[in-house]
Amino acid sequence: MRLARVLERVFVAIPVMLGVAIIVFFFMRLSPGDPVDLMMGEAGSVSPREMEALAREFRLDEPLHMQLYHFLAGLLRGDLGNSFVKRKPVARLVREHLPATVELAIGALVIALVIAIPIGIISAVKQHSILDRVSMAGAFLGISMPAFWMGIVLILVFSVYWHVFPSHGRLPFAVGLKTITGFYTIDSILTGNWSALASTLKHLFLPSLTLGAGTAATIARMTRSSMLEVLRQDYIVLARAKGLTEYAVVVKHALRNALIPTVTIVALQIGTFLGGNMIVETVFGWPGLGRLVVDAIQRRDFPLVQGAVIVYALTFVMANLLADIIYTFVNPKIEL
Amino acid sequence: MKVNETNVHLAQLPTTDRSPLQQHLYLLGIKLRLQRQNLGNFFRQLKRHPTAMVGAIVVVLYILMAIFAPLLVPHDPFTGILGNRILPPKWYEGGRPEYLLGCDELGRDLLSRIIYGARVSISVGLISVTVSTVIGVTAGIAAGYYRGLFDEIFSRFADLLLAFPFLIFALGVMVATGPGFWNLIFALCFKGWVEFFRLARGETLSEKTKEYVEAAKASGQGHLTIMLSEIMPNIIHSVIVLGTLRMGSLIITEASLSFLGLGVGTRIPAWGSMISSGRQYMMNAWWISTLPGMALLLLVLSINLLGEGLRDILDPRLKID
Repeated sequence: MRLARVLERVFVAIPVMLGVAIIVFFFMRLSPGDPVDLMMGEAGSVSPREMEALAREFRLDEPLHMQLYHFLAGLLRGDLGNSFVKRKPVARLVREHLPATVELAIGALVIALVIAIPIGIISAVKQHSILDRVSMAGAFLGISMPAFWMGIVLILVFSVYWHVFPSHGRLPFAVGLKTITGFYTIDSILTGNWSALASTLKHLFLPSLTLGAGTAATIARMTRSSMLEVLRQDYIVLARAKGLTEYAVVVKHALRNALIPTVTIVALQIGTFLGGNMIVETVFGWPGLGRLVVDAIQRRDFPLVQGAVIVYALTFVMANLLADIIYTFVNPKIEL
Repeated sequence: MKVNETNVHLAQLPTTDRSPLQQHLYLLGIKLRLQRQNLGNFFRQLKRHPTAMVGAIVVVLYILMAIFAPLLVPHDPFTGILGNRILPPKWYEGGRPEYLLGCDELGRDLLSRIIYGARVSISVGLISVTVSTVIGVTAGIAAGYYRGLFDEIFSRFADLLLAFPFLIFALGVMVATGPGFWNLIFALCFKGWVEFFRLARGETLSEKTKEYVEAAKASGQGHLTIMLSEIMPNIIHSVIVLGTLRMGSLIITEASLSFLGLGVGTRIPAWGSMISSGRQYMMNAWWISTLPGMALLLLVLSINLLGEGLRDILDPRLKID
């Protein structure tokens, strides 16, 4: 029965994805300026014949509904069109830049969870203590903090003044790392290149912290409030009355139930990571998808922007779907 | 005042002789009088909530700063003096007393530019939150009240827009329309109304089944009157809370877009673009990026403090602990 519910959710997501693709397509067509002219800006002087060939190459000479048809058909095949500027398939560019972005997102998630969950639990258990007040004030600050500014301040403090963490990129050129998966942490372990691993982790720290800070704040507040809710329940009172240690009450009885909303929030935070990564990657010169998009925007490379926005939106839809499904599985009370 | 005068005349007419509009104005008059009493009560509660009060005061100061920016600035924020390039703040070695926060990479007074930057953030925040609220709440109440095809269309469209992360959607719209003040508002509102729509629709669905709405229907009130004078006052508190909290994130989104070069344009000083252009000078002039960011952080922090305070006062159901 539960499987049927999950399948139903999946089927609901399909028209949403189709709608997303159509919205992106029309928005990109709304933009002023002829794409061929824009490309010429890069390529220099070109004869009218060549311009026609270009228009044909990008199907700009066809009516709009045919363009949409080809666009959607291409999307089904995993073909996102070709970049105006780089003259490469967008899908390939996205694929090349994806590992850096995913690695950063995982780093951010790890940092967020490591900071937030202990803080959330301790703040709830020691409600109204100094520790609770300070960490909730910190979480409040984290929610209001613009990511790009936080990144800049971290660079100023940790790179410019203290020189403890690098401010830019994933690895210095001097460290030769053979790329296998594109995930530098995994690659350096696979090739046994430990100095590269240390350097990778150092490069990863500040961007991950910047990207994860807002999420950490949200998760800490969420964990605290659901923990407070759970600690008021009768079965917790019973567990205490049975004479269990405080540790057993909190960790074995309360935490499992208190983490249910947290798990869902984590899946939903993927959307925040997607938006935030453009900012964080720009600040830290991180060569991922976000940088690719920001560069494409500045060069008005519409197919690349279009392709990346679709990848972002589809990932977001799937993350929300995942949150829904996780929620059904971890919370036996809920029927979707 | 006008409404109250009309009220006196309307009260003398028998209920059946009033047109729907007159009936509406009559009820609005009664409500305004009730609200004036509620407002006093509200301010008393706000005073007992110190963080919300601090937030409110800071936000008001920012708004005043934005309005009176031309009178407040010590120097011209648009034209720089070449000799003042990356001049440090006053308290630093080499700083000059007449330039309190120093100058930027083009020799323009940083304090003056920060004061002017408030104009963009405050006006974009206020306008986009107002437009989003009006569109979202109107459509939401109507969708929740009438249901049917109208609800179906708006709800599906809202679902579609929710499939985009906010910043990415706004970014896509800005790429399509190009930088500019109204384009920015458009980009923020295009998706911003959805949350208000969902809130208003959900609340209307639950309010609609309550006795007081049934009573209003039985007493022969029109649909428009029921929506405006029965349902609306009961959901407006949640809307105000959501609106305040959303304003903070809209301002951050605006600053993020400006940071990426897709804001109001390069001519107008905006905090996001100031932070972005100061980045290249981080090694020897930290103040160019950092100080506008502090102005932004303080504003967003105050708005959120006010928002959470309002939530505790107006909508205690949503309180976190």
